[in-house]
Amino acid sequence: MLAALWRRLLTGFAVVLGVVTLTFFLLHLAPGDPVELLLGPTASPEQLAAQRTALGLDRALPVQFAAWLGRFARGDWGTSIGKGQPVRAVIGTAWPATVRLVGLSLLLSYVIGIAIGAVQGARSGSRTDTALSVVTVTLFALPGYWLGLMLVMVFTYWARALPAFGAAGFDADFLTGWARLADQLRHLALPLATLTLIGAPGAARFVRGAMIDVAAQPFVMTARAKGLTPVQVATRHILRNALTPVVTLLGLSLPALFSGAVFVEAVFAWPGVGRVLVEAVQARDYPVVMAATAVSAALVVAGNLLADVLAAWLDPRIGRRAA
Amino acid sequence: MRRLLRDRRGAFGALVLVAVIACATLAPLVTSGDPNRQHDIVATRFLPPLAIDAFGAFHPLGTDRFGRDVWTRLVYGARISMGVGVLAVLLSVTLGLAVGAVAGYWRGPVPVALLGVTDFALAVPRVVLLLLLAALWRPSTALVVIVLGLTGWMSVARLVHGEVRALAARPFVAGAAALGARRLRILVRHILPNALTPVIVAAALGVGNAISLEAGLSYLGLGVQPPTPSWGNMIASGRDTLVNAPWVATAPGLALVLVVVACTLLGDAVRDALEPGAVTRPPAT
Repeated sequence: MLAALWRRLLTGFAVVLGVVTLTFFLLHLAPGDPVELLLGPTASPEQLAAQRTALGLDRALPVQFAAWLGRFARGDWGTSIGKGQPVRAVIGTAWPATVRLVGLSLLLSYVIGIAIGAVQGARSGSRTDTALSVVTVTLFALPGYWLGLMLVMVFTYWARALPAFGAAGFDADFLTGWARLADQLRHLALPLATLTLIGAPGAARFVRGAMIDVAAQPFVMTARAKGLTPVQVATRHILRNALTPVVTLLGLSLPALFSGAVFVEAVFAWPGVGRVLVEAVQARDYPVVMAATAVSAALVVAGNLLADVLAAWLDPRIGRRAA
Repeated sequence: MRRLLRDRRGAFGALVLVAVIACATLAPLVTSGDPNRQHDIVATRFLPPLAIDAFGAFHPLGTDRFGRDVWTRLVYGARISMGVGVLAVLLSVTLGLAVGAVAGYWRGPVPVALLGVTDFALAVPRVVLLLLLAALWRPSTALVVIVLGLTGWMSVARLVHGEVRALAARPFVAGAAALGARRLRILVRHILPNALTPVIVAAALGVGNAISLEAGLSYLGLGVQPPTPSWGNMIASGRDTLVNAPWVATAPGLALVLVVVACTLLGDAVRDALEPGAVTRPPAT
């Protein structure tokens, strides 16, 4: 188990390194020059060259990459070309917002999704099942940014009940205690609802399928034969065994959820890593793009690893097989 | 095929897709013409659905802020959105088939390397790659197709790899080899046709996914560029007029959801019709 874990950690590290390398060379090979964007069209060639030397952009690509990697590993993430702030500060304020949004929606999605899927799986083929299937398939098909816009239309413009932009109100700094928390929750409501409404159906569809699979196995018949009630069989025997693949799915769905979060952050102006990434890519802000990519890849890899460990803990057979 | 259409999900999915494709191909017949036509902007902009403008033209879904007919743009946008979705999936399925088949059929360093690349690419957050590729080059429709194709082949490759490995151990493959067929011929004529079922299902789901990602990129301004209508850039342009003209963003979104649902249902129905024992799973993005 421990050896397998080490191996996974190493591969995870290799993946992050690979993503970072790929990003670096894609960024620098693509057309578009951050120095020209920074200094504007009136800059003279001498000014451009001086700025390039100052930023170290005139050296050979592999040299630049090695230098960046060395500094990054030592914790020096550089300075944002566009904003002039240290990259660590830019990312440092952004990633808690993304983790809060993605983490909460993951939790809610799976609690709601498992509940719906369990009801469907226990009564597969019934009218309830069909009706819930129609709902989940439709919700699962909704593009996040569009659902977000529709929620904004209904709850912000028509009902005037919830704020549509940002993570806190303009007066947030003057609020204390409960009022501050309420303000944050109100800002969280719409982006969280958007991600959860799309995430929960995916989990529900998977749990339903897994439960129907497990229900066909012989040990379920044994459980029924020894006189357990249908509810006992459904929860203790079928659901318990159906949850193992669900945990693996949780890890696999992280990249998709993160992708969804990027679009949703753009819609709600949520100050997270996704929005930082989008803005930095458009401004050719190399240091920020590199750091944001590394952080998001690391978050996804860490999530996958956590899901694997959790799955091994739920089903001891997995750990033994891997080791 | 008959089993597919008797399945209500399959029939619904097929019906929706046929209707959308028919509308898109026959666009000049079901609309009033040019999707970019503007009359008098002030007189014809933001007309609500079912309105008739001052020039006597009927707008079943209203008009946008430039006075362009939303229904016409929706139908012409279907050409772009469906086209991008289908082409992108064709590209990713071709790539995935090639990588999966080679990795599953031969032994040695090349297949190992291919599998490594596949797993690596699967672990990369797709949207990060999409953003980088789409933002770094000048946005165009062709670029969107290539970018979506290049970031979507991994799951197909994994599927094909598994199928090919399982099929290669079956007796009929040994039989073909005993008859003197060459390895490439065995792969192409005997193994791949038997491995296609999950690929078809993945492709059906992939089209829906690709259309929705195209819309996402266009929404961020990195996809199909206006004035060419695509559902994504229509949603994006409707975003700013959500208060006074909600139909501009609503109509393409509903069309998008309808098509994605149709693809999902059709994919599910195809799987159930071809391999009744399989499990229903959501697609991994």
